[in-house]
Amino acid sequence: MSTTAPARLSHLISIEDLSAEQVSLILDTAESLREIAERPIKKVPTLRGRTVCNLFMEDSTRTRISFEVAAKRLSADVINFSAKGTSVSKGESFKDTALTLQAMGVDAIVVRSHSAGAPLQLTRWVDAAVLNAGDGWHQHPTQALLDLFTMRRRLGRLEGLRVAVVGDVLHSRVARSLTQALALVGAEVTICSPPTLAPPNVEVWPGRWTSNMDDALEDVDVLYLLRVQRERMHRAFFPTTREYARLWGVDQARLDRLKDGAIVMHPGPMNRGVEIAADVADAPNAVITDQVTNGIAVRMAALYLLLGGGQPDEDPGGDA
Amino acid sequence: MSKLLLKGGRVLDPGTGHDAVADLRIVDGAVAELGDGLSADGAEVVDCAGLWITAGFVDLHTHLREPGGEDAEDIETGSAAAAAGGYTALCPMANTDPVCDSAPVAELVLRRGREVGLVDLFPVGAVTKGSRGEELAEFGDLNRLGIDCFSDDGKPVTDALIMRRALQYATAFDAVITNHAEDSALTADAQMNEGAVSSVLGLPGWPHEAEEVMVARDLILAHGVGARLHVPHVSSRGTVELIRIAKARGVRVTAEVTPHHLSLSDELVSSYDAAYKVNPPLRTAADIEACRRALADGTIDAIATDHAPHPPEQKDQEWEHAPCGMLNLETAFAVVLTELVEPGHIDLLTALARMTTGPAGVRNVAGHGRGIEPGAAANLVVIDPEARWTVEGRSLHSRARNTPFEGRKLTSRPVHTLLRGRFTLRDGKVNA
Repeated sequence: MSTTAPARLSHLISIEDLSAEQVSLILDTAESLREIAERPIKKVPTLRGRTVCNLFMEDSTRTRISFEVAAKRLSADVINFSAKGTSVSKGESFKDTALTLQAMGVDAIVVRSHSAGAPLQLTRWVDAAVLNAGDGWHQHPTQALLDLFTMRRRLGRLEGLRVAVVGDVLHSRVARSLTQALALVGAEVTICSPPTLAPPNVEVWPGRWTSNMDDALEDVDVLYLLRVQRERMHRAFFPTTREYARLWGVDQARLDRLKDGAIVMHPGPMNRGVEIAADVADAPNAVITDQVTNGIAVRMAALYLLLGGGQPDEDPGGDA
Repeated sequence: MSKLLLKGGRVLDPGTGHDAVADLRIVDGAVAELGDGLSADGAEVVDCAGLWITAGFVDLHTHLREPGGEDAEDIETGSAAAAAGGYTALCPMANTDPVCDSAPVAELVLRRGREVGLVDLFPVGAVTKGSRGEELAEFGDLNRLGIDCFSDDGKPVTDALIMRRALQYATAFDAVITNHAEDSALTADAQMNEGAVSSVLGLPGWPHEAEEVMVARDLILAHGVGARLHVPHVSSRGTVELIRIAKARGVRVTAEVTPHHLSLSDELVSSYDAAYKVNPPLRTAADIEACRRALADGTIDAIATDHAPHPPEQKDQEWEHAPCGMLNLETAFAVVLTELVEPGHIDLLTALARMTTGPAGVRNVAGHGRGIEPGAAANLVVIDPEARWTVEGRSLHSRARNTPFEGRKLTSRPVHTLLRGRFTLRDGKVNA
């Protein structure tokens, strides 16, 4: 298995399920698909005749649009299914929704849910390839992959990169996926948050943790900021957004302390003035819009690899 | 006159510690004689060679769901599960709909239990009206029906004054208060044990401190007013330590632990299979170890099932929407034998005591959980210690099938259960 092609993906649920070789394959595939966006006609027939369902149990316009564009550029048929609030008391259950999609014969389901674990559960109910577009605080694997892709394009490598991931780590599916992905490719991770927003038993996470922002910024190649919801201060995670911004936000002074060539990233949507000062968000070394652009290429790659692009006779699914 | 002779079984008496092969004569629902080579003397002879005979099990914590939750379980299906699991006495919890906070609800449960006739029911009364935590339920009225144990079950009595008064008032009836130990401010939105596993799974954590804070408070309050406290479903190492200290100081406290907190860890949650969702949550290997030791050394008095059926459509939801609870009645002894006795964490007679005399010491359960001696009611279970079986939720007697032991291979199974000398389970079949 070491010298042959990486094991075929049947679902994309968690970065934990991937090998370093599979990550490389996804990033390399994204690289070759990225140029499609630069063509006048941004569409290839690779997934023609395949049906991709965007099952969004939680609102996320940005992510849904990104997946929709990705699928359409590969000529897949796209169904958007949004179903908020899915407990049995409110109507059709998640399981029945899954069985309905299964009966309709979709080839891939891109699922976003407020509930951690929902994509994994889905794999037990459907034959289609399941692609996790974010589940609760658990995972958001395509976000982590597009972040790696962006780092690799900007900095030319992943191995040995020093990356600080800062902010509301506890509630962040992005942080879980990203730190695991960075560890997989040999980057060096520092996690920084207020102690109240550190995940429990943070020692099981890749990298080291600190509450000291200035310590975390030391010599980093990538400063990755996580969104902090203003509501958090009402649950005593921190006293005020003003204090949060001072201790864990990035302003011009902190930006200036980064070494030459270091980049600033954010998964969006940003809270300007809280975790990121407005000027920082617009600085030349902030690559936040690149992340959005690259997201489409990475999601195209994921769909392509999951659906065995170009070989429509091949069984795309598999058991979990 | 009905006569039965259980011939040649290994009689394990948790009351006296007696452990020897013997014949057991039962006359008119009571143990008449225990000895070697007893003659049939007109009795029906049941060959028990190779089988174990012990006191019928007593469960301090069962959810039978009737009235109000009959889609998950009712007194008939729950009683059948009990008989199949070797139980002769159950304490159905008060969190029915309506709540068992007054005599009419308790009378309904008692009457239905007698009609079904497979197991004796000793209902738990609510601590507060509607289990709302505001006004005390009528302990005296309920006590006239024999109820000497009160709990608001899943709803902790959060108000320290109400809890103190409940403990104090209960002393008038020598009743015991049991309080679901959870400081709910610490468990808002909680989905599983807080720790290394929740950290990776991204599920909001239920910290063990939330249990320990509440147990510590209740121990202090019970001690202060000289009242009896029973700690339900101990799940954490810290709780074990608190109870150990309290017992050493003379606090009138008893405690129970469930089969799942003795055998399953939070690692299982990584499947996001809601069969593993329970409150208090499955905890770590270190917590399991502490609970096992406490059970063996008597810090924990009883194994209680917290048998909590939920219909499949409720459990087949996203983890965060699924309700907490697990089936246990039919698997409890086999789990204890397979996971605790066989690996040597606890000896057989002690394990049996924790399912019989232990719970019988917590509240009055009439003739249950006593020694096997002449004159005692013949509430017995006969177990095949060699039986090997695979748990299948669909094959259990409960209406629901939410067992966390699905697919597990277990050793031992009750063959016969006798309630006052009458077979409620015979040759592995429930005798309704």
